[in-house]
Amino acid sequence: MKIQQLSLFAENKPGRISTPMRLLALEGIDIRALFLADTQQYGIVRMIVADWEKAAAILQAHEYVVKLTEVLAVEVPDHPGGLADLLAALDGSGINIEYMYAFPDLRGGMAILIFRFNDPDAAINYLQKAGINLLATDELLKD
Amino acid sequence: MNATLETILETSASDCPALSLPDYTPVDELCALQLQRLQAVVERACQHVELFRARMKERGLTPANIHSLADIAKLPFTKKSDLRDTYPFGLFASPMKEIVRLHASSGTTGKPIVVSYTQADLDVWSSVLVRCLSGCGLHRGDIIQVAYGYGLFTGGLGAHYGAEALGATVVPASGGHADRQIMLMRDFGVTAMCCTPTYFLHLIDRAAELGVDLKQLPLRAGVFGAEPWTDSMRAHIEKMSGIEAFDIYGLSEIIGPGVGCECRYHQGLHIFEDHFYPEIIDAETGEPLPDGREGELVLTTLSKQAMPMIRYRTRDITTILTGRCRCGRTLRRIARIGRRSDDMLIIRGVNVFPSQVESALLQIEGTLPHYQIVLTRSSGLDQMEVQVEVTPQMFNDKIGAMQELHEKLQCALDRVLGIRVRVALVEAYSIERSEGKAKRVIDRRRS
Repeated sequence: MKIQQLSLFAENKPGRISTPMRLLALEGIDIRALFLADTQQYGIVRMIVADWEKAAAILQAHEYVVKLTEVLAVEVPDHPGGLADLLAALDGSGINIEYMYAFPDLRGGMAILIFRFNDPDAAINYLQKAGINLLATDELLKD
Repeated sequence: MNATLETILETSASDCPALSLPDYTPVDELCALQLQRLQAVVERACQHVELFRARMKERGLTPANIHSLADIAKLPFTKKSDLRDTYPFGLFASPMKEIVRLHASSGTTGKPIVVSYTQADLDVWSSVLVRCLSGCGLHRGDIIQVAYGYGLFTGGLGAHYGAEALGATVVPASGGHADRQIMLMRDFGVTAMCCTPTYFLHLIDRAAELGVDLKQLPLRAGVFGAEPWTDSMRAHIEKMSGIEAFDIYGLSEIIGPGVGCECRYHQGLHIFEDHFYPEIIDAETGEPLPDGREGELVLTTLSKQAMPMIRYRTRDITTILTGRCRCGRTLRRIARIGRRSDDMLIIRGVNVFPSQVESALLQIEGTLPHYQIVLTRSSGLDQMEVQVEVTPQMFNDKIGAMQELHEKLQCALDRVLGIRVRVALVEAYSIERSEGKAKRVIDRRRS
């Protein structure tokens, strides 16, 4: 149920994420989803990639600081209320979203949400009870 | 007519204590007094300070071995680390009931360095400041604003009591609040400022922004110290504010500000040798150097009771100037201090060692990340940035966790250094390494 997300530390200066992205490109790493969280000084690039171990190794070999974290991927209908309905399943659970990002599923009709919950196991429990579809790694990454 | 005489003639003798000061004692009398006081202070330190007694014993020395001033070279040095190792009261030579004041300055391990004074020590301190301020042409009737920090730092209270003893009117503004400082200067008709030279540069810039022309104020002198500054800074200050700027020297371990000061000829700083005996040594070998040669300044307190300092290594690099000053003082002079023999930085008048930054980072991380200190100066104020390379152990995908880390680093540095610094988290290996070793300090302050 849990998906590996690769995070990269980068200073908030022009050109700072250009080189790591080129390094991944040269090794044929495809980025399925990406979200950049920024502060005035630095940013955190969060990525979902197919071969996260290889991607992490490539960046580490070039002295980038990276981290692998488990996140959840959830599929919801891509129409008004899709996200609101999903979040309603967590009402009263006390579960907090640390951060999230969303992208449309190009195969049609659905949107994919990536969540970092404070308590992922409890979140899985609540979401499954509400009949919400959690994506496994191969489902998320298939073409 | 020379400037000093002019000043003296402008004021009645009772308004000008300079005439009755020991600054003009004939050299042979001064040397006799120095020897007598040196013998007494060595005796006192041997009796009451265990560390000094042990070091004398190691060398097979007793106070009776001091027959001449040249014999001072036989005595052991005292270093800043001795104050740290005997924290807090280990070098005191007076019982606490005799001690009326404690001051402290930042140390290298988060613990400060403590210094103490008996009433007689405070009286000496005020008396040397009276001599400093008189030498700057100040006297009763002057209004002196003290913008050094008041508190554990010796600058504020030292200058304060000195100016009071002079008979001047003191405005104890303490540090900070530039707008208020400028308001007080203007509204009170302040004639002299005591602060760090960089703080005065800041006041010059701020006054211009507020539309206050310092040249139109009664302000005529500035007595600036607690950090090294250059002749080009002096030229800038004098041009922008219309005052005469004086360099004052001192350090807490010896007494505080007032160890030495420029007179109106600005040809080096007169050391108040009847209380503080200066030597210049080779910083590498510790060998004494003759007057006229550059080396590390070593000072011995000749009259201090609570905390005698024997051959204290200041780490300040200077020269004892040869020849008599045109002002007529018999006191020897040192050249203005431009650099140090250790890695100490002086930021807004506060002493900072790179090792303090290391100990703060270690407290938070357990291991030492690569870091660099970057010093800049904006509108006259020194700014210190500590750049810390983010390690895999420090990195977290949550912004909140990174901000927490940032705050912890900030708090630890503020606490250890005692001044506000900017912390920047930077990418791994983004700090330049030369031969595998990082350059720890980048100083971009213009001189």
